[in-house]
Amino acid sequence: MAAGLTRAGRYSAWALARHAFTGSAWPRAWRSPEPKAAYDVVIIGGGGHGLATAYYLAARHGISRVAVLERSYIGSGNVGRNTTLVRSNYLIDGNTQFFEHSLKLWEGLSHELNFNVMLSQRGQVVLGHSPVQMDVLARKGNIMRLNGIDAEMLDRGAVKRLLPYLDYSERARFPIYGGLLQARAGTVRHDAVAWGYARAASALGVDIIENCEVTGFQRDGERITGVHTSRGAIAAGRTAISVAGHSSHLARMAGLRLPVESHILQAFVTEPIKPFVDHVISFGAELFYISQSDKGGLVFGAHIDGFNTYTQRGQFAQVQTAAECAVALIPAMSRLRLLRHWGGIQDMTPDGSPFICRTPLPNLYFNGGWCYQGFKATPAAGWCFAHTIANDEEHPLVRHLGLDRFERGNGHDEYGLGLWTFRQ
Amino acid sequence: MLIPCPHCGERDYREFRYAGDASKARPPLGSTDIAAWHDYVFLFDNPKGGHREYWQHVLGCRRWLVLERDTATNVVGRSWWPSEGSPG
Ligand SMILES: Cc1cc2nc3c(=O)[nH]c(=O)nc-3n(C[C@H](O)[C@H](O)[C@H](O)COP(=O)(O)OP(=O)(O)OC[C@H]3O[C@@H](n4cnc5c(N)ncnc54)[C@H](O)[C@@H]3O)c2cc1C
Ligand SMILES: [Zn+2]
Repeated sequence: MAAGLTRAGRYSAWALARHAFTGSAWPRAWRSPEPKAAYDVVIIGGGGHGLATAYYLAARHGISRVAVLERSYIGSGNVGRNTTLVRSNYLIDGNTQFFEHSLKLWEGLSHELNFNVMLSQRGQVVLGHSPVQMDVLARKGNIMRLNGIDAEMLDRGAVKRLLPYLDYSERARFPIYGGLLQARAGTVRHDAVAWGYARAASALGVDIIENCEVTGFQRDGERITGVHTSRGAIAAGRTAISVAGHSSHLARMAGLRLPVESHILQAFVTEPIKPFVDHVISFGAELFYISQSDKGGLVFGAHIDGFNTYTQRGQFAQVQTAAECAVALIPAMSRLRLLRHWGGIQDMTPDGSPFICRTPLPNLYFNGGWCYQGFKATPAAGWCFAHTIANDEEHPLVRHLGLDRFERGNGHDEYGLGLWTFRQ
Repeated sequence: MLIPCPHCGERDYREFRYAGDASKARPPLGSTDIAAWHDYVFLFDNPKGGHREYWQHVLGCRRWLVLERDTATNVVGRSWWPSEGSPG
């Protein structure tokens, strides 16, 4: 769709040829306006979720007097720091439907935005390392198929044919019994998601305002009527928080406390090598996931460091843990050098599930608490959050993701770890 | 990151297990005030700055301690036993 893009602004083979010939500069992908005094909707946080929300507000709900306020530059947050995995292999009701909706949106996103987000449906294999784990994977696969989602059980021989470089030896740290394949899962170019949504939203009239930090809320009694920012006060009919790791920080400005702690998750990339890992692989023995980027680096991640922090500098112990997992799974990786590692601040919740909801304060909406899984959720989170803001009512796909669920005993716990997934 | 255990001295944080915000007061046992319990168990200040938190020295003396740490920098401050209430 990306309806607002003029003919001249659209990307196409024709535009590429024209620019190659004339050598003319490409226009800016999104406008850089001064903030206006007032908007119908102000979205705080220009990550993937904030930008997707703005896009769907304009494209699906006809609300285009929208501003996205970003403290830094677009793509500076977790949307540009994650390991880019997308999938919809979930176990419990609610998650299954939500993440499948997201995957379907990913499948059409490059066309919808007229921006190549480089979705690569290379397939994800979740490994099983014991008979019990194979039962659990079979159950998950059955749940997926009952919901019309692709899933395929692989025995040890099938995994070995697909991923011949894993450790199948007698000495393997964790023996491989088999795996569950979701062929439609894969990776997406994360920066392109931020840029694509920003460009398409801007074309529909959304103001994307970078270097604009929200420092407080304006209110009329309980009602939130706008924000204070480093670039002045901005009035808003409705105000939406979508700041990932800084959720508690913003909530506190509004006098709210959240069931959220901020933790660092690190990611790692090796020196580039020739094509080697053709799929996304998830270790079943530890939280560890790996894929290979187009540049050739092996990109992988593991657990959060394990204590709350807002520093984006990770602890060395977690580098070691991730490297140990890598070598336990793919012994050849012991010969590779780590090129870079970095961290992002995640908003961890007691049950590992997020929030997309109204708040106790009228005209204030909240999207956050995404833990490890916010990137794959980006399109559906934007879709459902836009609906929630536009209608002042939660979208049916996220009704179970309210802020009041713990008080009502309705935690939404995918991993069966009980509460405190981040304290295990 | 090094954590000072009041019993064992400064040790690497890997010997410890983080166990959350220590600044909250537990409702009296037997209290049926759901809102107070919800607040105690589920809501966090989660500040960007000074934080008082529980750690357990699981790979050392196994005792629980309270630590002051700045969550914006990870600079670690004083530590003391929970039974002491506040630093001496
Ligand atoms: C290392 C790592 C790996 C990950 N891997 C995956 C993965 O493989 N798959 C997956 O699904 N998920 C993954 N995630 C999670 C995912 O990246 C996040 O859940 C998701 O990106 C969060 O949404 P967002 O894109 O909107 O966040 P962000 O990009 O962080 O956007 C939030 C924005 O809010 C801004 N902000 C904060 N405070 C203010 C303020 N006061 N005023 C204005 N703006 C403000 C920030 O600057 C930031 O740009 C990973 C996360 C990390 C850290
Ligand atoms: Zn000790």
